[in-house]
Amino acid sequence: MRVFAVAEIRLGELDPVSVELLNLANSVKGDGKSEAVVIGKDVGSFAEELAKYADVVWKIEDDSLENYNPELYADVLLQLFEKEKPDLILFPNSSRGAELAPLVASKLNAPIATDVVGVDVKDGIKVSRYIFQGKLMVDIMLKKAECYVLTVRQGVFKEGEETNGEIVDAGIKPKVTPRREFVGIIEPEVGEVDISQADIIVSVGRGIEDASNIELAEELAKLLGGVVAGSRPVIDNGWLPKDRQVGISGKTVKPKLYLALGISGAFQHVMGMKDSELIIAINKDPEAPIFGVAHYGVVGDLFEIVPVLIEKLQKIKG
Amino acid sequence: MKIIVLAKHAADPESEIHLKDEKTLDERGLVFDINDWDRYAIEEAIRIKENLGGEVVVVGVGKSDDTLRKCLAMGADRAIKIPIDAGMDPFVTASAIKEVVEAEGFDLIIAGLMSQDYNNALVGTLLAGMLNVPYATAVTSLKVENGKIRVTRELEGGYQEEAVLSTPCLITVQSGINEPRYVSIMGIKRARSKELKEVSVSAPEGVYEVEKMYYPPVKKAEMITGSPDEIADKIIQILKERGLL
Repeated sequence: MRVFAVAEIRLGELDPVSVELLNLANSVKGDGKSEAVVIGKDVGSFAEELAKYADVVWKIEDDSLENYNPELYADVLLQLFEKEKPDLILFPNSSRGAELAPLVASKLNAPIATDVVGVDVKDGIKVSRYIFQGKLMVDIMLKKAECYVLTVRQGVFKEGEETNGEIVDAGIKPKVTPRREFVGIIEPEVGEVDISQADIIVSVGRGIEDASNIELAEELAKLLGGVVAGSRPVIDNGWLPKDRQVGISGKTVKPKLYLALGISGAFQHVMGMKDSELIIAINKDPEAPIFGVAHYGVVGDLFEIVPVLIEKLQKIKG
Repeated sequence: MKIIVLAKHAADPESEIHLKDEKTLDERGLVFDINDWDRYAIEEAIRIKENLGGEVVVVGVGKSDDTLRKCLAMGADRAIKIPIDAGMDPFVTASAIKEVVEAEGFDLIIAGLMSQDYNNALVGTLLAGMLNVPYATAVTSLKVENGKIRVTRELEGGYQEEAVLSTPCLITVQSGINEPRYVSIMGIKRARSKELKEVSVSAPEGVYEVEKMYYPPVKKAEMITGSPDEIADKIIQILKERGLL
């Protein structure tokens, strides 16, 4: 198979997920080739890095490609794919990849599956992915087609061999006038507390139920000498500021202690806290995915347990 | 401005997810409601209409009556139900919707970023490709300016991208873009007189064949059990052993 991996440049750097895509490509290509595609204004150094893991690296360079734009990027990719006829195309399941891949798939009439964590190419293309925010998995056989598109979950395909591929300038320029105009990148808000520097984090999720209950977490954090953070639903509801969000679209934290209160543990959140030294999770739902990443788990009502914990800590602290 | 909202009636992942067999969910423990992301989509559409006038049409695929009525009660003007069972296949869903929205015409389509049950995040984006309109995903703010749509969209690590789209276009919204209103009794009463029509479409053959569903293999945490008192003691003991107290 000819397996193409569309690399991702993020904030001027090659995102490591690009190499993960090539690891997957190399593991499924059989007698075929792994071929990276890198798009931008000046991508020479990224192409050299990718050539360590791909058989071929296709460079697509143009001033108009400096900033990601789905219409321009899809246009140049389609020009390449129409010429080179890939069997399988991989994108990262990133903010950009998840946006761009379906457009390419719809134009190629290719079956697409997203956020895949497993790929089997024995008799066609079979993918494994999570559903219900990580509570269940499903294996899906994609309908026979000339070409398939997948977006791949980051952090899954970390192991791979090094290659020594060739770099080819695809000589492709965009031909379309985009109807979406890139205005700029907005930097993250800076708050008074930097949770990514904290040693102890008390983190709250949907299970905290109400803004007024954040006090409970504040009290516990104070006694432990830590700070309060939260998962997406808590930020969405405005119960904590955006700079306290842990997860892919928020901050990545690695504290000595991460105490997760009422957090279900969707992948998006877990990626932001899985490397904490000690994770203790309290959740009512015994099936909550957070128990798959925690070192210690409590299935129970945080409103019964946390007040007792606070009381005991107050005694210890005098 | 004519806005079409895509709304899915979906099982809540917080409800009890059990399997009947390898290919079917046990519906007994499932709680269905409007897909969480679509709550934000319908709210955003109604706000635009309240500010600028126009019409909000909500479209649902499959068993969607309750969700469509909820959207009407929130303030949508009309609802269209496409009575097909697309299962887990976003290609079937998007193709069916394409037929309906092309006939309707629109300035803006708003969908949720993904569904809370299957998490494909594909219906909106595939539809944009099929309709050949500009689009943006994971939108966190939206402003209508001189007939164009100015958005910010969520990237990784707290960063956002700002972009301007010409209309007609499609956007998918990220949760938290607004604070969805509650359905009022008045709204429910008003919704009774609003149109909810079924439209038949020729759904294409699907591209997904579900081979099996199963529980993910996880390394389980060491579980702490007992009364709240015993649990608190055990947690304190762990913290002391780790030198955190």
